[in-house]
Amino acid sequence: MAEAAIALPPKGGFNFDLCKRNAMLEKNGIALPRFRKTGTTIVGLVFKDGVILGADTRATEGEIVCDKNCEKIHYMAPNIYCCGAGTAADTENVTDMVRSQLELHRYATNRESRVVTALTMLKTHLFGYRGQVSAALVLGGVDVTGPHLHTVYPHGSTDTLPFATMGSGSLAAMSVFESRYKEDMDKEEGMEIVSAAICAGIFNDLGSGSNVDLCILTKGKTEYLRNYQKPNPRSYIRSKGYDFARGHTAILSTRITPLKDQVTIIEGDAMEE
Amino acid sequence: MSITSYNGSALVAMIGKNCFAIASDRRLGVNFQTIATDYQRIFQIHDRLYIGLSGLGTDVQTLYQRLKFRHKLYQLREERNMRPETFASLVSAMLYEKRFGPYFCEPIIAGLSEENVPFICTTDLIGAKQFSSDFVVSGTASESLYGACESMYKPDLEPEDLFEVISQALLSSVDRDCISGWGGIVYIVTPEQVITKTLKGRTD
Amino acid sequence: MHENIANIENSKRAKKKEHANQSRENRNMAMMMPPRLNPTDSASGPKQHQTWSPYDNNGGTCVAIAGADYCVIAADTRMSTGFSILTRDHSKIFVISETCALASSGFQADISALQKNLDARHQTYQHQHGKQMSCPAMAQLLSNTLYYKRFFPYYAFNVLGGLDDQGKGCVYSYDAVGSYERVGYAAQGSGMQLIMPVLDNQLKSASPLVLPKRETATPLTEAEAVDLVKDTFASAAERDIYTGDGVEIVTINARGIQKQYMELKKD
Repeated sequence: MAEAAIALPPKGGFNFDLCKRNAMLEKNGIALPRFRKTGTTIVGLVFKDGVILGADTRATEGEIVCDKNCEKIHYMAPNIYCCGAGTAADTENVTDMVRSQLELHRYATNRESRVVTALTMLKTHLFGYRGQVSAALVLGGVDVTGPHLHTVYPHGSTDTLPFATMGSGSLAAMSVFESRYKEDMDKEEGMEIVSAAICAGIFNDLGSGSNVDLCILTKGKTEYLRNYQKPNPRSYIRSKGYDFARGHTAILSTRITPLKDQVTIIEGDAMEE
Repeated sequence: MSITSYNGSALVAMIGKNCFAIASDRRLGVNFQTIATDYQRIFQIHDRLYIGLSGLGTDVQTLYQRLKFRHKLYQLREERNMRPETFASLVSAMLYEKRFGPYFCEPIIAGLSEENVPFICTTDLIGAKQFSSDFVVSGTASESLYGACESMYKPDLEPEDLFEVISQALLSSVDRDCISGWGGIVYIVTPEQVITKTLKGRTD
Repeated sequence: MHENIANIENSKRAKKKEHANQSRENRNMAMMMPPRLNPTDSASGPKQHQTWSPYDNNGGTCVAIAGADYCVIAADTRMSTGFSILTRDHSKIFVISETCALASSGFQADISALQKNLDARHQTYQHQHGKQMSCPAMAQLLSNTLYYKRFFPYYAFNVLGGLDDQGKGCVYSYDAVGSYERVGYAAQGSGMQLIMPVLDNQLKSASPLVLPKRETATPLTEAEAVDLVKDTFASAAERDIYTGDGVEIVTINARGIQKQYMELKKD
């Protein structure tokens, strides 16, 4: 059984081989490590012509920022995007799996994907894992039935809302929406409020930070504005710099391996990648 | 004590001008007792692709063997080497497969593409990918390395200068972490050659 | 009980080295074990969950560098708890005398209690001796004050900087229960791990174990030291979520005490 798992590339699904070992380590008093989280502010709102999604770009591991400019707005379909908060690996993989299913579904049906389809796929997956797959999502898109905005909780419950926030900065962001949201806003006003909500999270929640990403979905058009605002540049750079003279570091040995010249194909066609 | 700090490790990779460098410490310990001082954490996948694995020593070796195996299968099937991006996805998928019973490894992947564009990437122990255009760090000395790299790193360094920066960052960081150290090993990969240097460091 | 501790402490002072070693051993323990206020582990009675702690960590980073004739003491101005910022403008530096300043991170309530305590003791000293306390004397007083609360410590990580009797810069670094040491430079608090290797790299002479001997000590001028401090704080603010908003830099030299402020990232 174990040999088979090693010999063959996996067919998908989770593998629990190491659970017993890890449980044994935990029982012997060895703490299991933390996963990378996106302590996050993610938001979405519905405006006159569609949906606007927004996210900050900080990923943290405990109290340390491990990525200052990560992407939290994930592509699902040309007309659907999804913001993710929670354990980074889970949000990444859960959106990726549904993305792939939607693509196959589009090939099979030859129709534009619907937001509810994505929503149902996400919630069935998450519900199946009873909250163990910790992904909190804001799903937005425009399909044949109009603009839609949903939130998905790690246990698989969902909401359908005109404006939504998620993640550790959700309260800061929601305060902006609650005070400033109106129905039937135009695009500029919507973008302004979404970026203000993200900034509220960036500045008031320690788990969120760096830049603002936006995604504007309208009928037949998607605008992904990566790093729409960059309100947090580095504040100081040492005037003297840290220049190390060559040969400054003490070395014990050096080995130089020349790389073979790359093969260039002079006859026939290069194979397609 | 966390299981990732059972053996101790320090790993860092940086991007230079048309080149990259990946470096690690050389200590293997059992908690505070040093077992080996020439432990290998950085492995070559092919000429221009390297992976460094921090964390639990046993998982480092198991994971490397599985990755090497998968890369060989790919070479047999495709008659070419994996692109760094593809390899990063493979690592990520293999780690996420064990989402609920993970390997205690945080890998760093560093490679040079066919077009000589450097690529570095790290994932957490369940495969959350993180790409970077400057530096990535991992291991028990990661906090110190973040601080050192954040100050010392500069973009577009020549291979020789990149070596000095990565070595100084590594050496000053492992001196503030009692379970990594014993010198270091640095690989600098340029389009023409691979330069491997072992560093002299504190041996305590 | 308290007198006993004070007596023990006094006898230990005679054998200071032992005392330092002992409390160094306890360095980590003390911080990890806040006193249990609900000792209900016994079989009788319902088990109560301990939900309240007398301590909080309000984050922040302190750095000090001693030079030939100056001392730079710096700390960020953010005060936070959990994932929230309490204020962006809270000074962690307490100027005790004309030659001495204390920077502390940890639990704000304990820090302010400690500062008041030290200030009162210093006031008494001035009345009794008709002069201000020297920085090395203040360093010993701080150690005693911390060790006096050995079993319910001040949750404060201190760096004391100033000028010594010869007018040379001096820096003292502490743990929460009073183990201290005179050093050339020090960092404490949430960004300590990020800043320390950079300071080592720029200020420490190379290990005596490295042969042939290599001199990398960088005797910095005052302006260069301030420059380095600003850069390390900018770096720490990039990666440590509890460090940010601004950094307050106090410079002590023969001319007196100068304060300056630099903005940091606010996210």
